[in-house]
Amino acid sequence: MKTENQKAWFFVLPVLVLVAFNALIPMMTVVNYSVQETFGDNVFFWQGLDWFQQILRSERFHAALGRQFLFTGLILAIEVPLGIAIALSMPRKGIWVPVCLVLMALPMLIPWNVVGAMWNIFTLPDIGLLGYFLNHVLGISYDMTQDPIAAWVTIITMDVWHWTSLVVLLAYAGLVSIPDAYYQAAKIDGATNWSVFRFIQLPKMKTVLTIAILLRFMDSFNIYTEPFVLTGGGPGNSTTMLSIDLVKIALGQFDLGPAAAMSLIYFAITLLVSWLFYTLMTKDDLN
Amino acid sequence: MAKITLSKLRHSYFPNPKSPSDYALKEIDLDWSDGGAYALLGPSGCGKSTLLNIISGLLVPSEGQILFDGQDVTELAPDKRNIAQVFQFPVIYDTMTVYDNLAFPLRNRGRDEATVRERVMAIAEMLEVTEMLEQKAAGLSPDNKQKISMGRGLVREDVNVVMFDEPLTVIDPHLKWKLRSKLKELHQRVKATMIYVTHDQTEALTFADQVVVMQLGEVVQIGTPVELFERPAHTFVGHFIGSPGMNVLPCRVEGGTAFFGDQAIALEGPIQGSPTANTEIGIRPEFVSLADSGLPATVTKVSDVGRHTVVECLANGTRINAITEGAGPDKGAAVHLNFTQSQTRLYVDGWIATLPQEAQT
Amino acid sequence: MQKRSIVPILYILFLLLPIYWLVAMSFKTTNEILSGFSLFPQTFTLDNYKVIFTDPSWYWGYINSISYVTINTVISILVALPAAYAFSRYRFLGDKQLFFWLLTNRMAPAAVFALPFFQLYSAVGIFDTYLAVALAHCLFNIPLSVWILEGFMGGIPKELDETAFVDGYSFPRFFATIFIPSIKAGVGVAAFFCFMFSWVELLLAKTLTAVAAKPIAATMTKTASSAGYELGLLAAAGTLTIIPGAIVIWFVRNYIAKGFAMGRV
Repeated sequence: MKTENQKAWFFVLPVLVLVAFNALIPMMTVVNYSVQETFGDNVFFWQGLDWFQQILRSERFHAALGRQFLFTGLILAIEVPLGIAIALSMPRKGIWVPVCLVLMALPMLIPWNVVGAMWNIFTLPDIGLLGYFLNHVLGISYDMTQDPIAAWVTIITMDVWHWTSLVVLLAYAGLVSIPDAYYQAAKIDGATNWSVFRFIQLPKMKTVLTIAILLRFMDSFNIYTEPFVLTGGGPGNSTTMLSIDLVKIALGQFDLGPAAAMSLIYFAITLLVSWLFYTLMTKDDLN
Repeated sequence: MAKITLSKLRHSYFPNPKSPSDYALKEIDLDWSDGGAYALLGPSGCGKSTLLNIISGLLVPSEGQILFDGQDVTELAPDKRNIAQVFQFPVIYDTMTVYDNLAFPLRNRGRDEATVRERVMAIAEMLEVTEMLEQKAAGLSPDNKQKISMGRGLVREDVNVVMFDEPLTVIDPHLKWKLRSKLKELHQRVKATMIYVTHDQTEALTFADQVVVMQLGEVVQIGTPVELFERPAHTFVGHFIGSPGMNVLPCRVEGGTAFFGDQAIALEGPIQGSPTANTEIGIRPEFVSLADSGLPATVTKVSDVGRHTVVECLANGTRINAITEGAGPDKGAAVHLNFTQSQTRLYVDGWIATLPQEAQT
Repeated sequence: MQKRSIVPILYILFLLLPIYWLVAMSFKTTNEILSGFSLFPQTFTLDNYKVIFTDPSWYWGYINSISYVTINTVISILVALPAAYAFSRYRFLGDKQLFFWLLTNRMAPAAVFALPFFQLYSAVGIFDTYLAVALAHCLFNIPLSVWILEGFMGGIPKELDETAFVDGYSFPRFFATIFIPSIKAGVGVAAFFCFMFSWVELLLAKTLTAVAAKPIAATMTKTASSAGYELGLLAAAGTLTIIPGAIVIWFVRNYIAKGFAMGRV
């Protein structure tokens, strides 16, 4: 049992100060911008909630939000089952396990813009390995700077390449924590492979899968650097995710008010969806 | 229900075992009759779990055969053997209700729901878990979880043998005896062959009709609890069973007589063969008494353990325990020890080497 | 070899292909790259690497990146340790709300904070320093460290603390000589994740630096846009950014799978 001790606040104080410095002050700045209009020279006018209304009604925002949900939905639908399948087929012990884990974790440790650049080089139509293979060996016309579908497929593939390992590692961590007795008991009970998965492995992986899905949701919903480097949001606006659009508005057009309002709406959506995920996935535990 | 025969069974975890020490199990021949309650008793690492896994089919032995009712099942998969196993930690399916947990082995074998219901209700009633049937199994207390694990083993009407692998390890002490008597009662009701693996002598001796004592991958003695106590075939059994264990005194044998120091010790009967080295005398503390004459010794410690007193003495540099009724002598007192002759035996290389008196006539 | 091990093998091949292509590119001459497709470098060259190791604007990029990543990891772990201890051992006013609030910062899109960060760090006068980037990355690394460490500390029985206090240990001495060594796996895992997220992040790092602290990743972006399309050079620089991560991951290979699994949800 934990003991009641208000002095514990002293232990969390450094964390609180550092995170608050980084989170609260910028957040206040954002809130401040979001309700004002400026024409430069540090002159501001009270604007109320106009920016919020404008953003929420703008088609540009709806389109970016739609693309963002489509992207996040697709990568979750691919990475989570794929990650589980790979984790299930990995050996549980032996000398190959650390080698597998290190190789699998490698993509996660590459700076995000290098990931974008790497996939750019990899997919160049005439001199990239994948681009050359598709265009000249399989004869499929492929150029993601021209074709929005190709751009989407490439971005999704890149994210699967980049992040599926996170799901694999977490699912694998859940799997190796299952004692052998469960598998032995299931064998004796005459359970099929499917029942072993459904009634033993999946329930035991639930905690780590919740973490995996939450992390993948947050990070994919906030994705910026990789698609920015790979496609720059194009062709057209076809791969302009929320973050890319936000930076375009804030730094490209220097529309600080709308950008700030959009930031807050964006953050609120991320929080809301994370909370929904969390509540849905842990609902059973509460009963 | 079946009779289980283990024939020339050996097992090694190494692919090419060379020396005997590479074997986790060394040559085991055993017969277990139908409907018996057996215990496998031994310290951790003695090979009892290996033996259990071979019987259940989770391991295939390096050499030898396992027969159920004379039929070779050595290579058969666990689910084809009609056996049940209860593990050290309760294995339950967290997401299912208690009812579905109990029904799981039957449904996997394609029994119709009416049969399933009838069996589950019967077992639930036996285990006294009827009122929990609709609950999620994840929320149960450890002892109830372990009951469900047992129930999944007993629910099938055709099991050849139910095996228990230290099933009471995680159970609270005050619930242990309850589950233990429940088990004994279940054995009498379902009449299945049961094998109970444990390192706890009390659990083994109270549960089993026949106890198999193992050490270092070998069976050292098979017998009823009384036999194990009264006539240990090996000094290990004497040590392992009883509290305190059997006294083992190094001795030398000259002309058919055993000497402890200068003192000749009368044995239960004649010595077999003419041993020269590694000879020891074994006598249980229950049969050592304090007397006016006999082996001189000094009392080093007296402990009152409730019903009797354990007197720890030192003679010729060897510790000897004696059990007496009432208050013992003072610490440091000089006493004489008397051994009951019919319970004094000679061991050579650890194995018993005297014949009891009546066996001669 | 079992039949199902084909799945991880195929997956690892898929992971290694783009990396192979990057490494192969880095050993090609610009001529060879532009003249057409070749699976292996035809004229093997180290020129691209020579440029990086002799041009200060390149190799300082690496030194800058490694500096702020190291500072960030040290700060994050040092402040997260006592906080995680408080969360795992004590109940106090607002503890749950505080823990949740910390985690929400992990959800904040970096793009939201880019501009305010720039203004904030310029205002306090540490713009374009290692400290600026290291502090900014604390925003998501501290919550993560607290989360991971709290999970590991929860696995240490409270009796350990009580025994030490009964034995007359002062709190700081107990914490430094007994408690931290017993969760060193957790510290390793937390440090690994701090390193990882600070090393791979670019948006904030780029926003908060100009010249003196410019990260290697930003140097690459500049090259890609301004100095024409020097693919070989870009590939060599990219290849070099993989190496620190690979070294770090090898050290924690036995703990990495456990890292997140130990944290609580």
